[in-house]
Amino acid sequence: MDALGIIFSNIHDANLPELTAGRTTASIPFCGRYRLIDFALSNMVNSGLTKVGVITKSNYQSLMDHVGSGKDWDLARRHGGLIILPPFGVSESTSLYSTRLEALKTVTGFLAKSTEEFVVLSDSDVVCNMDYKDLMEFHSRRQADITLVYHKTAPQSISGNNNILLSVEEKGRVTDMAFDPSEYKSEEVNMYANVCIMRRTLLQNLIADAVAHGKRHFGVDILGANVNRLKIFAWEHRGYFVRISSLQSYYDESLKLLDKQNRDNLFASGGVYTKVKDSIPTTYGENAIVKNSLIADGCCIEGEVYNSIIFRGVKIGRGTVVKNSILMQDTLVGENALINCLITDKNVVVKDRRVLSGCSTHPFFVHKKTVL
Amino acid sequence: MLSKKECVAMLLAGGQGSRLFTLTSKIAKPAVPFGGKYRIIDFPLSNCINSGIDTVGVLTQYEPLELNDYIGNGQPWDLDRMYGGVHILSPYQAKKGSEWYKGTANAIYQNMSFIKRYNPEYVLILSGDHIYKMNYHKMLDFHKERGADVTVATIEVPLEEASRFGVVNVGEGNQIVEFEEKPKKPKSNLASMGIYIFNAEKLYKYLEEDEQKEKTSNDFGKNILPSMLADGQRMFAYVFSGYWKDVGTIDSLYEANMDLLGSNPSFDISDSDWKIHSKNPIAPPHYIGLNGEVKGSIVALGCEIEGKVENSILSANVTVEEGACVSGSVIFSGCTVKKGAKVINTIIDENAVIGENAVVGSAEEPKKITVLGRELVVAEGEVIEGGKIVEGVK
Repeated sequence: MDALGIIFSNIHDANLPELTAGRTTASIPFCGRYRLIDFALSNMVNSGLTKVGVITKSNYQSLMDHVGSGKDWDLARRHGGLIILPPFGVSESTSLYSTRLEALKTVTGFLAKSTEEFVVLSDSDVVCNMDYKDLMEFHSRRQADITLVYHKTAPQSISGNNNILLSVEEKGRVTDMAFDPSEYKSEEVNMYANVCIMRRTLLQNLIADAVAHGKRHFGVDILGANVNRLKIFAWEHRGYFVRISSLQSYYDESLKLLDKQNRDNLFASGGVYTKVKDSIPTTYGENAIVKNSLIADGCCIEGEVYNSIIFRGVKIGRGTVVKNSILMQDTLVGENALINCLITDKNVVVKDRRVLSGCSTHPFFVHKKTVL
Repeated sequence: MLSKKECVAMLLAGGQGSRLFTLTSKIAKPAVPFGGKYRIIDFPLSNCINSGIDTVGVLTQYEPLELNDYIGNGQPWDLDRMYGGVHILSPYQAKKGSEWYKGTANAIYQNMSFIKRYNPEYVLILSGDHIYKMNYHKMLDFHKERGADVTVATIEVPLEEASRFGVVNVGEGNQIVEFEEKPKKPKSNLASMGIYIFNAEKLYKYLEEDEQKEKTSNDFGKNILPSMLADGQRMFAYVFSGYWKDVGTIDSLYEANMDLLGSNPSFDISDSDWKIHSKNPIAPPHYIGLNGEVKGSIVALGCEIEGKVENSILSANVTVEEGACVSGSVIFSGCTVKKGAKVINTIIDENAVIGENAVVGSAEEPKKITVLGRELVVAEGEVIEGGKIVEGVK
């Protein structure tokens, strides 16, 4: 595929204040051993993209640490590969960018230097298994200028900000775009997945034009404003797709992966790559009881675990019961503790005999390195 | 000019490992899986990089495809280097003819030009069939302190077992006075681990001399070391303490795997200061289902467990279906144990399928380890007795 990938790592940080306190949306841990960006990156790699730029803004140390040289995604290349695009200090702007358009403006040099014919833009708050080759094929068959990816969803499952709904006619032509509408008229809506493809030169022209006219918003001023001027099409992604737009949706979507069907849909093709940690396999003690749970490498489970997601290097002591929880990397839970509906960020310590509970509609979040 | 390397390691990985039977029918012994996510060769390679040795020649000969593929450019062990790093050394055709490696010493002899490129002062000789964590740097320090020409790593074994090993008899300051290969009446309990550090110049000299001899089996233990001793070279025994196991047989491979289990395992690989590096599988976390039961076991990525697993080691992507029971077993990656099947005290090679309600192995004491070869399909309801070795799909 002659395309360049661009991933926005910070765009939706505001939707997830708890999880992005010290990191980007892209580096939010997910499903035991991944970070959200792994899914976007793996989709690109599995679709044959060999050059991916990651646009960052703030808090991106954890992201840099995670992706490193890109070798774990096979993106440590002489030509192309993974390129981190940190904020570019240009003399006329004194502050960091605040919109997607401003972010793109800072990488015009990167776009100009690239030689790929197309560009795939993706956000990092999406967890999906998508083959961009299918998107590309649709894009060229329709002779589209821009093709947006959408998925059908029920209005009640929508949360957070920056939701764009598409009106799509039969052949896939986009006729209207609505930004964060206050009410939904149908049972099912076409939600823009924040993934799109277009010619690289078109993107460059659109950015230059929008900047020249003082525009600020990529969705409204570039996509929305051009619905009638450009051939904008929409391609429906039917496979696994979730957007992490709030702590609640993070919790719900994580636990939904305990369903084998969902797991198969997400992990079936190509595999999802992530940073290699060389952790040892997980060890289970003589008294361990584990039911309906996903357990990553490097854990040591002596207690009981039910309906939970356990990240790498978590230790759960004897007599402890963990239910309906998400315990991130290196969480240490002592003995005889009771934990229910909890999300612990990295390196949390729960001491012996603690009893902690949230509820499934309001999971209790514990910040990184907290000792309870 | 590039700086020279102080010490180059040469890892002998060409052995067939015939006593592992079907497990080495397609792969060399060092490539045999171990402990859920490792292969035997991960241990010496990780020891090298953790000891600060970044130049390793791996001598391969028997079924090298999988081993070569596994080692690749050495990246998992941080051995992908511009200068040094890991190199696969296979037998080659030279102007004066081509020959297979005739013995351990001959293998090194044929690759002396590789060693000489780095102009090292010391050469570390390792074998690819031991499971252990060892700081070779400490051994090198010992070698230097003693002003030795060669240092042999040894481990104390119970005297009654010493007759199974090459035994080293030492005098003052652990200077070696005698070698005995599998002695009937051992005089010492120091067994050679098959790990040597040579002063490079001495190594070259004795390898060349050994090549000229007519009656020689080109072996370090049988030829090189005894003739150095006969010449009065300074030879010392370095005593290693810690876990060390030769996994050349089915029983010892099984035992070494089992030694990883328990809350105080005899062999602990969880030490973050001495990580064992390996090529990691691309797989999601493992899943234990509503009916799954896992106790006293080690489970790697990508497994799906709906049945019962106890005192076992499961490599990546193993499926244990509902009602199936795996006990005291070592299952390599990609295997499926179907509904109601029982697997007891068995080693199963990669991608085998155990049919519904089949029974493999037995629980009787003393343990008789059953071995199933790769890609084997055990039919529904089939019974495979304890202690049997079933060849895999060729």
